Parts: sequence; structure tokens; C-alpha cells
Amino acid sequence: MIKHLWTRFIRPIDSWLLLFTCLVLLLSTVLLFSASNRDMDMIINKVTFMGIALTVMWLVANTSQQTLIRLAVPAYIVGLLLLIAVALFGDISHGARRWLHIGVTKIQPSELMKLALPMMLAWYFHHFEISIRWKHYLFASLLIIVPVGLIMKQPDLGTSLLIASSGFYVLFFAGLSWKFIGLMGAAGGGLAYVVMHWNSCVQILHEYQCRRVATMLDPMQDPLGAGYHIIQGTIAIGSGGIFGKGWLNGTQTHLDFIPERTTDFIFAVFGEEFGLLGNAILLVLYLLLIGRGLVIANNASTLFGRLLAGAITLTFFTYAFVNMGMVSGILPVVGVPLPLVSYGGTSMVSLLTGFGLLMSVQGDRKLMKS
Amino acid sequence: MSQGEIKNQHRERYAFQLRIIAAALFVLSLFTLLFGRFFWLQAVQHDKYMTLAEQNRISLVPIPPSRGIIRDKNGVILAHNFSAYTLEITPSKQANLDETIERLSSIVEITAKDKRRFKKLREETKDFETLPIRTRLSDEEVARFAANSYRFPGVEIKARLFRHYPLGEIASHLIGYIGRINGKDLEQLDEDGVLANYRGTDHLGKIGIEQSYERQLHGKTGFEEVEIDSGGRAVRTLRRTPPIPGSDLTLSVDIKLQQVVEDLFDKRRGSLVAIDPRTGGLLAMVSKPGFDPNLFVDGIDPLSWNELNTSPDKPLLNRAIRGEYPPGSTFKPFMAMAALEGDFPLTRQTISDPGYFMYGNNKFRDSHAGGYGSMSFDRSIIVSSDTYFYQLAVQMGIDNIAKFMKTLDFGSPTGVDLNGERAGILPSPEWKKKRFKTPATQKWYSGETVSIGIGQGYNSYTPIQMAHATATLANRGVMFRPHAVNKIIDPITGIVTMVEPQPVRTMAWKNENTERVIRGMAGVIREGTGARTFAGANYIAAGKTGTAQVYSLKGSKYNKNISERLRDHSWFIVFAPVDKPTIALAVIVENGGFGAQAAAPIARQALDFYLNGKLPTPPKTSGAASSASNATTEEIVGD
Repeated sequence: MIKHLWTRFIRPIDSWLLLFTCLVLLLSTVLLFSASNRDMDMIINKVTFMGIALTVMWLVANTSQQTLIRLAVPAYIVGLLLLIAVALFGDISHGARRWLHIGVTKIQPSELMKLALPMMLAWYFHHFEISIRWKHYLFASLLIIVPVGLIMKQPDLGTSLLIASSGFYVLFFAGLSWKFIGLMGAAGGGLAYVVMHWNSCVQILHEYQCRRVATMLDPMQDPLGAGYHIIQGTIAIGSGGIFGKGWLNGTQTHLDFIPERTTDFIFAVFGEEFGLLGNAILLVLYLLLIGRGLVIANNASTLFGRLLAGAITLTFFTYAFVNMGMVSGILPVVGVPLPLVSYGGTSMVSLLTGFGLLMSVQGDRKLMKS
Repeated sequence: MSQGEIKNQHRERYAFQLRIIAAALFVLSLFTLLFGRFFWLQAVQHDKYMTLAEQNRISLVPIPPSRGIIRDKNGVILAHNFSAYTLEITPSKQANLDETIERLSSIVEITAKDKRRFKKLREETKDFETLPIRTRLSDEEVARFAANSYRFPGVEIKARLFRHYPLGEIASHLIGYIGRINGKDLEQLDEDGVLANYRGTDHLGKIGIEQSYERQLHGKTGFEEVEIDSGGRAVRTLRRTPPIPGSDLTLSVDIKLQQVVEDLFDKRRGSLVAIDPRTGGLLAMVSKPGFDPNLFVDGIDPLSWNELNTSPDKPLLNRAIRGEYPPGSTFKPFMAMAALEGDFPLTRQTISDPGYFMYGNNKFRDSHAGGYGSMSFDRSIIVSSDTYFYQLAVQMGIDNIAKFMKTLDFGSPTGVDLNGERAGILPSPEWKKKRFKTPATQKWYSGETVSIGIGQGYNSYTPIQMAHATATLANRGVMFRPHAVNKIIDPITGIVTMVEPQPVRTMAWKNENTERVIRGMAGVIREGTGARTFAGANYIAAGKTGTAQVYSLKGSKYNKNISERLRDHSWFIVFAPVDKPTIALAVIVENGGFGAQAAAPIARQALDFYLNGKLPTPPKTSGAASSASNATTEEIVGD
């Protein structure tokens, strides 16, 4: 009986994924202790959220694929409605309309869309599995563009691009033709070119967004304003050297030169205190997580599972790459946290929910086998 | 499931696997790119970023050194520092400066003078500098502001060292003053390569010894290496290099003598320079009127500035080194010396003295109307015979005169350790060529040589040049560079650096010639134009009176009613004791009339004080005019 319960509840957990996740979470807790200047409240908060997120992950992992398939469309529709609600009645903070008041608490519907969109698309292609034509890609694109457009209007360029990329990954795994991908790559290159030039950039983006791009290209233009983040982040990483300054010994960190050092710029703290060696270890841990995710996708029994697992994995990769890229000064500063490491409960819960989906896909395959 | 469907499914799985591999490659390549970036930052460019991080972290806070103290030869303090609180405002941090000052004045007394001074300071500095609105706050005012400081961002109380000149006007020109460093000063400091040493220092010496010994007085700025956070707040001190205080200066000046002389001048304008002929050390350097140097320390208020700057008395002019006057008859001893050294026949002859000298068709009048009938070389000094020196000058010629006078530093700065000394004018054909533009004015006319002989014409020298030449004569031809500072004392080690007497040159004068001229000057004191003033002196002095024309009388009789500022300047040079002189001095009283009238009495009292410690007796009558009417004809002869 106990053995049966054990099998029932624990079996869906993918041990590799869990192991790598826990390693990253452990590392992130150690790092937060330094980044927050030994703030025990933040550590307790983080550990609490870790518990919540892991529980959510376990719950999602125990959900069968059939349930997920059934939930995909409603989740997407609810997410879309909430985004429209935000656009109409949302709260404005820091000049952007991202939050929606629901009774006592505020929610950020874009977080929901991060998972709802790939689920919806995976469901869509799963549904038309036998006869996927170009028109299906076209409709899928529409499913992507509507929420992405709404989020871009908030404005939240970083999240909208991440969500667009998660949608694109589904299309990619669903077999979008290489020609079309090449075309999109060219268009993306052209867009990047436009964005990199101030005069053309302000035609299509908000001025502050263009300033971020311009600042990334030359941080010294505005060393005390937007460039400050990039300059100080780069200095922190560079001064870390091969072996780092040691845990709790980062001068950039502890003398408050790194802005947002527990959230978006926590990687600068990591680079300063643990050096190139630490960075390499983190990259390897991320690679293992991503690799496991791709293996799960590869082994998935259904198209829905394959597409969802692949998209979630690549989206996770995109988070990591964009964050590390922006902190080390090769990408513009967009508000993307370092996955599983940055301080922030919502992000962790949504990431581990994603991993729960991966495990659900993987668990389903196990059940089928046995 | 049909065969085809299975095949189809296999193909699909295969295509998906390809996509997975593509995705993996995509992930790997981008992570490799990231790793490359990390390698670039952390391995290749590590040193650069390490330096940047250190620069971020460490800030050098300058600690200004305390300025050296200036004392007179007996240790009387002439300039020192005291610590006091100032209320300082950073204008750039004020939204409404006037309103802030208005609100401040309800807590701390701010006078109209303070406001004017502050306004002037603002015009001279940049807005981000912190400027004092009030200085020398009382403890109560400090406490009151401290309680209200939260209401005044950008306003702070600072404990600072202030320069103070306890004697006020006494020796103000000599000691000088310090003032706030302005843009021009900064450029100069940068040019001299000492700008770094002035970080944290607001003031430097502007004139006088404060200026010329700036390097020694300032000291070396110390630094504190502090770790700062991004807000610029000091977290902890890493290293401290203490400042090295500036050196103390001991002057050769006897401030009591200085004070006595300044009192004697009272409201009159003029200058006195007294030199120890044995060393060149300045014993006194008076320039009247003076000013209160304390006014300048924290920025002078515009009212006081205008008053000083526009006064016809020119109180800011250091007459001792910058006032140029014709020497009048005080030039004669040097003429006599030149004639003896040149062995001119006239020195061995007695000439007839009708009271004038005819040169060509020009008649050069003697101030002793009617003349003495005959005149010898020795007598000519004692009675100051113009007729004799007219002839002597003509016999010597301008080139011989100029050549000799140049060796006595006439027409060139004496090299005193003060800035801004003027050279005076030693007339010569070469000088005229340089001075004038057209050929007609450039030419030297031999008639011009005549009045050079009696110290008139183009002749123009500073009081220090006259004192310097007198000291050289007193020292029998051994010339020392005049200097005000005697010792430079390191305040930490106590090591004293003596300013050694610097012999400039030794004249190749025949001893008998020197003694003959000095005998003549002693005669001036004994029986000549200075006799009355020096009656009853218990030392033997050698001197010479002089009168510098301000306004040509053109043959008319001297009129007492002539405007005060057009009256002649009164000169006197003297040294004593005659055999082993310890003091040589030159005095000029502007518009004082005859040399014996105003200048000589000051010299007498100065010598009495210096040689005997005798304080001057209060004058029975004030001013110079009344004593002039009592002067006998004999005394004022030749002047």
C-alpha cells in the first residue's frame, strides 16, 4: 500500500531534473546570502518560496498529460483576457502597466502567459498532428502575436520577446521549414540593425527602450544613468578573475556598486565572487538542465509532450542566456531574471511549474512503458 | 495503426530528433559565446577591471596641512592659524540661494557685510564649491545650527584653520596675506606642477612673504585612503598619509622697530626700509598707509575693497619695493663715490660757486640761492651743493655715472625675497633708446646729464634700492642681497634652515675713497643738513638728506601754500654707527617737503630706538608743516 503510494506520488519526479534543479537552488541560496549582505529575512523568504515552488512542481508533475491537454485552451483564453484587462485597468508602476489587482493581491498576467502560450500552441499542433499545413503555422503565429503585442504595449519588451520566443520554439519543433526560419533570422537581423540606430529605432520602439540599446552599444555615453548598470556589472565580472574574490568578498557587491544585485544583476555578484571557474560551473549546471529537458522532449510519447517540453527547455535556456548576456554587456538591459538564481518568488514558481510540466511529460512516458 | 502511419510516425520522430539536435547545437554555441565573453572579461582583461573596481572602491581624501607661522626676529607672532567654525553653503545644491540665506539668518547672525562678501566670492568661484557665508561662529551659533541642520541641505558647519594677523596693519605689506585660490592661481599652480599638493586647500599667499614663501609655508598635503560605497560614503579608512605642516618662518625684521616707525609716519604716506648692512637682513620695511590683512583672508567685502582700491593714498601699494621716486640729493654720496673711483679732476679741485651752473645757455639753479662762493669736494656733500654736483656730472658723463650706479643695483631689482619688486630707472643713453619711440626723443642730450648729478631728471628708485645702496656703502662696498626671512623652521623635526647672508658682489673701491665719502656723510649729521635733527645723539651716524621734486617751481619761490600733494618728497638715508654700522636705512615721506623736515626726524627716532632702545618722544606738534617754518636756512641748504 505504502509502496503503491510512493510509486504513485514520487515516480513522476524526474530525478536528474530534480538533482540539477536542487544544485542550482542551493548555489543560488549561498549566493543570495552574499548578495543581500547576509540578510536572513531574504534567505528565509527564498527558502519558503523554494518549498512552495517545489510543491507546485510536484503537483504539476503528478498531473497527467491528458489533463494538461484539456487545460491548454482555457489557460490561454484566461491569460489573454487578463492581458486585455491589464491594458484597460492595470496598475501603473515605474511607467509601465503590468499589474492587475485581483481582490487583495496583484498579479502579473504575463507570467501566466509564459506557460499558457506554449501549452496552447502545443495543443494546437497536437490537435492537427496529421495534417499540418502552412495555414496552421499562420494561425499559430496569430496566437503568438496577440498576447506578445499586448505585453509589448505595457510596455515590457523583455517579457514580450521571451514569450514570443517560447511560441517560436513550438513552431520550430513542430517542423517550421528551415527556409522560413532563415527568412525570420534575416528579418530579425534587419530588425536588430534598425534598433541599433537611434533614428530608426524611435520609429518603432519606446525611447527608453532605444536608449537601452544605444547604451549597451556604448555604455560610456551615459555612465551615471542607463550605462551605469552595464559598466558596474562588467567591472564586477571582470574584476573577479579566474577564481573570483571569494564568497562575501566582492567589493563591487558589498560596497553597493552593483544595482539590483539580488535580482536581475545577481550574476554580476556571482562572477565577481566565484570568477571564471564559478561561471563555468553555472554554465555546466544550466547545460545539464537544458540537456535533460531536451532528452525528455526527445523521449516524449506525444507531439503535445514533445513540443511543450522542447519549448519550455529552450525558453529556460533563453532566460539564462539573455540574463547572463545583458549582465556581461553583450545584450541590452532587459528586465530578465537569471532563472532559479535571481531573488523573486513568482519567477521561481513559474519556472518550476515549467519543470513540473517537463516531468509530467516524462512521467507519462514512464507509465506507458510499464 | 497502418504500416504507412507507423512509417510516417518514424519519419516524424526522425525530423523531431533533428530539431532537438539543432536546438542543442544552438544552445551550445550561444553558451560558448557567453563563455568566450566571460573569458575575455575575467582572464584577458582582468587587470583592467580589477583596477576599475579598486578605483571605484578607494577614494583619496586630501588632508590639508597647517600653514607655517611667521614670527619676527624676537619671536613675536606676525601670522598664525586658529581653529574656528564656519557656516558653509554649496550654491549648486540650493534651489533658492537667497531664500536659504534669509532662513539661515534667523538662526545665525548674517550681516549685510557677510552677504556682500559671499556675493563677491560667488562671482569668483564655481557653483559646486563650498563657500563660507559666516566665519568664526560662536559655540552657541554652532549648536543652534546643528539643531536645525536638517532644514538646510547643502549647508554645513566646518571646523577650519583660519589665518590671523594679530598685529593688523603693522607690516601688512611685508607679511602680506592669504586669500582664496582663484582661477588664475589654479593655472599658475598647474604650471608649477604643484596643483596636486593643493587638493583640499582653499587659500594661498597673495602678496608679501605669504606669497613669496608660499612653497615653504604651505607644507605637504596628506591623504587618507578610504573605502567608499557607491553613495560616496566612507566605509573605513585603509591608509593614512599624514600631512606635513608648512615650515615656520622667522624674519630678520624687528617688529617693534617696524611699529615705532609706522607710528611715526602716523597718517603720512611714505616708506622706510632698514637693512642690517652686515647681512642684508631687513630690519623694517614700512609702507604707509597700510591695510588690515585680516580683511582678505576669507574674501574681502566689496565695500572695503573699493575703499582700499580707489583711495588716492594707494594703501595697497607696497611703496618700499614698488614706489619709484627720484632720489634727489640722497643720490649725491653715490655720485661722490663714483667720482672718486673714476678719479675725476674735480674731486681734487675747489670750484667757484655763484649759486648756479651755466651749461651752454642753460642756467641750472642751486637751491642755496647766491651760492657759497667756493666749493670743495668734501664740503659739497655736507652742504649738498647742487652747483658742485652739476659740474661733477658733466665732467663724468652719463655713461660713467650709469656704469657705476648699475653696480649698486640702481635700475635693477635688489633681489629681495618678495615678489613684485620694481627696477626703478637708471638713466642712460641705452635706457632712453629703449624707453622712447622716435629718434628725437631717443637721443641723449648732454644737458640731461646735469640734473642726473643731483638725483633729479629721469632718476627714479625704490626705497629698498636706496636702502640697499646705503647698506652697501655702510658695509664698505660688500653688498648683500636684502632678505626678510632669516630662518625656515621645520615644525616637526625642529630643524632650522638659516637663510645665509648672500654676498652679491664686493666693490673694488679704494678704502680711502669709501672713508672719504662716509666722512662727508658723517659731516651731514654733524654740521650739515642733518645736524639739527641729530643733535644730542650718542652714536655717530652718516647720512644724507634729499628732496625729490614732484612739481617744478620753474624759478618761482617755494610757496608753503602749494597744494599738499604737489609738495616735494622728503628723503633721508642714514647708517650707524659710522665705524661698524649695524643699521642702514632709507626713508621717504611723500610730499613731506625738505629732507631734513619730515624724513630725517623719522630716521633719527628709528635709530634711537634700534641702537638705544629709546622710544620716540611724542611730537610736540603734529604734521610736518609747522616744523618747516622753524628750519634754519643752513639746515635746508641744498635740498
